[in-house]
Amino acid sequence: MSVQTAGNMPGAPQQQIQLPLSKAWEISLKSIRIRLGRSLITASGILLGIAFFSSVRTVTLFPIKAAGPAAIAEQSRHSFLAIMALLVCFVGIMNSMLMSVTERFREIGTMKCLGALDGFIVTLFIIEAGLMGVLGSAFGWLFGMLIMLLAHLAGGGAHDVNGAFFSGAAIQGVQAEIIGIVMTLVASIPTAVRAAKMPPAAALRSEV
Amino acid sequence: MGANEYVVRTKGLVKEFHMGDEVVRALNGVDLDIKRGEYLSIMGPSGSGKSTLFNAIGGLDRPDSGSVFINDVDMAQLDAKELAYLRCHTIGYIFQTFNLLPSMTALENVTLPTVFAGMTTDEGIERGIEVLNLVGLGHRLHHRPTQLSGGQQQRVAIARALANTPSIVLADEPTGNLDLKTGEEIIALLRELNQKEGVTIISATHDYKMVDVSDRVVWIRDGKIAKIEERADIKVSVGEVEGALET
Ligand SMILES: Nc1ncnc2c1ncn2[C@@H]1O[C@H](COP(=O)(O)OP(=O)(O)OP(=O)(O)O)[C@@H](O)[C@H]1O
Ligand SMILES: [Mg+2]
Repeated sequence: MSVQTAGNMPGAPQQQIQLPLSKAWEISLKSIRIRLGRSLITASGILLGIAFFSSVRTVTLFPIKAAGPAAIAEQSRHSFLAIMALLVCFVGIMNSMLMSVTERFREIGTMKCLGALDGFIVTLFIIEAGLMGVLGSAFGWLFGMLIMLLAHLAGGGAHDVNGAFFSGAAIQGVQAEIIGIVMTLVASIPTAVRAAKMPPAAALRSEV
Repeated sequence: MGANEYVVRTKGLVKEFHMGDEVVRALNGVDLDIKRGEYLSIMGPSGSGKSTLFNAIGGLDRPDSGSVFINDVDMAQLDAKELAYLRCHTIGYIFQTFNLLPSMTALENVTLPTVFAGMTTDEGIERGIEVLNLVGLGHRLHHRPTQLSGGQQQRVAIARALANTPSIVLADEPTGNLDLKTGEEIIALLRELNQKEGVTIISATHDYKMVDVSDRVVWIRDGKIAKIEERADIKVSVGEVEGALET
């Protein structure tokens, strides 16, 4: 084993290399897998938020029985609920993501000691958050939609479940997916960037 | 340039922490020259500034004034990528709390710095096994940190610090969380690596067992160097060592 390596050479300082995305992907997957319980809790935060939002949206696919002013009132009630659901969902995701980054400050500090660039750390968290966003939103939508569908069927509304319903539900699914992913990323990127930019000493000092 | 004598030099290091109105001067003008290949212990009472000095030398925190030169390069002049290169290739870090990544096995932990250094997976694994054998953990490659004893975790951390053949290993109380006997083993290992591999070891410590293996001991107090002793001058009992600091 030799000790005289490039790292010992005086002269012009060398720059750390940028790692390929595949490495970040590998490390992210590993950390999700080993922390499966914790990852599932984070993902279920996303899932429940999106499920709530999707259940409210699904109801709008069924024809409104009331007419005139009552119908308008019903529609605005749905919009209000959907907005509330989105807010609740966002706060939930924000909280999950804040936790999942802050509880790993020490790990972030350690990786920087080993030579990780700030950008690599941010990439790790974007991949993790993105994956949870994709899965949490998909299952959340499925869950919220199915609950409302079953409730409607139980109430004897089988004739409302037609092609139009399914194509409406599919569109809502895509929307829920996009909203879920965007929310997850918006909630996690600022925290990840802040954590990655911390001097390693500060990150290592944090006790969670 | 040939092998310059000093691997680390600090000049007038000052670091302050502000807590509300109160200012704590953790480092108050530290000038220290560390020779290539020596085993240097930094000793001092709790709160004297050892960890703060460790962070400054390791490029983990910026001092408020003064400079740190690593292999004659002023650390303050480095940009983020150059600093990351330095942390990756030139310095290996060992902590009191081991700081292994819980999601990775011993081998994966040790391989991670080689990933950052751009080695291929095969090269990294080969190197990882080599250094784990070096610290006597060749039979625990696939254990996770939680499946290892404290002493074994610290050996993994030492192997990880050595993965990219650094010229400096920085340790902050490496035996602080270990029992007496395990602590002695870790100290012996660090000394062996220092002598066989020629790596410079700089260790902040409370542990008087460390004095015996050190080439020099730097006593620090209230953010200042109180004195620097060569090992030849320290052959005294622990009680006297403590007494010496008081005078
Ligand atoms: N992040 C911080 N914020 C505020 N004060 C700090 C911070 N880090 C260190 N200090 C203060 O700086 C001084 C030196 O701290 P340092 O951690 O360097 O001591 P130390 O010699 O390593 O002590 P120990 O042996 O207990 O680890 C102490 O008075 C401490 O309270
Ligand atoms: Mg300390």
